[in-house]
Amino acid sequence: MSINYTIHDSYSGAVINCTSEQNVLSAISLDGRCNVLVGCRGGGCGKCRIDVLDGQFECGKMSRRHAPEEAINKGKVLACRLYPRSDLIINTAPDIGK
Amino acid sequence: MKKGIMRPGHVQIRVLDIDEALEHYCGLLGLIEMDRDDQGRVYLKAWTEVDKYSVILTLADDPGMDFMGFKVTDETSLEKLHRDLLDHGVNVDVIPENELVDCGRRLRFISPSGHTFELYVDKKYTGKWGIEELNPEAWPRGLRGMRVQRFDHCLLYGDELDTTLDLFVNVLGFYLTEQVLDDDNSRIAQFLSLSNKAHDIAFIAHPEKGRFHHASFHLETWEDILRAADLISMTNTAIDIGPTRHGLTHGKTIYFFDPSGNRNEVFCGGDYSYPDHPPITWKSDQLGKAIFYHDREINERFLTVLT
Repeated sequence: MSINYTIHDSYSGAVINCTSEQNVLSAISLDGRCNVLVGCRGGGCGKCRIDVLDGQFECGKMSRRHAPEEAINKGKVLACRLYPRSDLIINTAPDIGK
Repeated sequence: MKKGIMRPGHVQIRVLDIDEALEHYCGLLGLIEMDRDDQGRVYLKAWTEVDKYSVILTLADDPGMDFMGFKVTDETSLEKLHRDLLDHGVNVDVIPENELVDCGRRLRFISPSGHTFELYVDKKYTGKWGIEELNPEAWPRGLRGMRVQRFDHCLLYGDELDTTLDLFVNVLGFYLTEQVLDDDNSRIAQFLSLSNKAHDIAFIAHPEKGRFHHASFHLETWEDILRAADLISMTNTAIDIGPTRHGLTHGKTIYFFDPSGNRNEVFCGGDYSYPDHPPITWKSDQLGKAIFYHDREINERFLTVLT
């Protein structure tokens, strides 16, 4: 069952709805206020890397080059493979190593 | 083909999930699964190809291209190429026969751009898929998706374009069909052919070595390109750009991504070339038009999204 969550981008201040079945990139790229690049949408190119500052999430398969295990543990993940499991606070600032 | 290298033969692509990749490459593009091996690799072919396979999918935690292989006409040429590569200062690994299923001995080397290439003579001949050898019908029924005709070429991103060009032209026998020059007349893109095709391999300058931009598959007509775009929408596949036309090669094209983020192209038409044709040159101030002839704008995703 799909659950509705909110994604709060600390960089832009945007608050965006995202369901548990939806990848965060598809939600925040539609909004336009977040500073996120849309690349391959397959976890391969690393363009949509963001910081998750707070909240629970799950990730699909991502390129280890762009999302190594230690980075994932710090919340540095690819938005195209990020699925919320609670409300999230994210940071889409351009200086987080995209 | 002056050194005996005939044509592109295969590309091994790393994917994050084999089942998703197969739904993409077989269900959407229309490649046909031909075999699997004990490493879990899956061997695919397009229907007009005469050898057993041209695309090998392998499971990995980082997508991209492992290697691209070219078919050589005969063993004597392969042995000469081996000596010429060594004389040129290129390290060559000999991969024994059947390391890839039903493929002969392969010579493997790395270009200055950081990409791995292979040369081989033998691969199992299975003939075009779904049609008879004698009195063949126009096409087979039962193809899926876009019904791509063949694996055509790769575009690779890396550095050291000049030394890579030297290797491909002077050692391997390719010729330069088309190029993009910047304001200082440095080459930032080079398209190379063994044949009448506008390109069998292409390189674009990029500071990192060994990056994969796309593998391209041939379709017959513009109508097929439109139909491919419809299928991309029907399957909610990530699209890059198109349908449109390139300035470079003038081919009609659409770009999209596999489920692991590797870019694919399907294209039709475009220019032909012969070795006596001078290279077609584009200047970098017209790069937008060179890449996407209609938009005439540089698309950042096209230039920077790589695996």
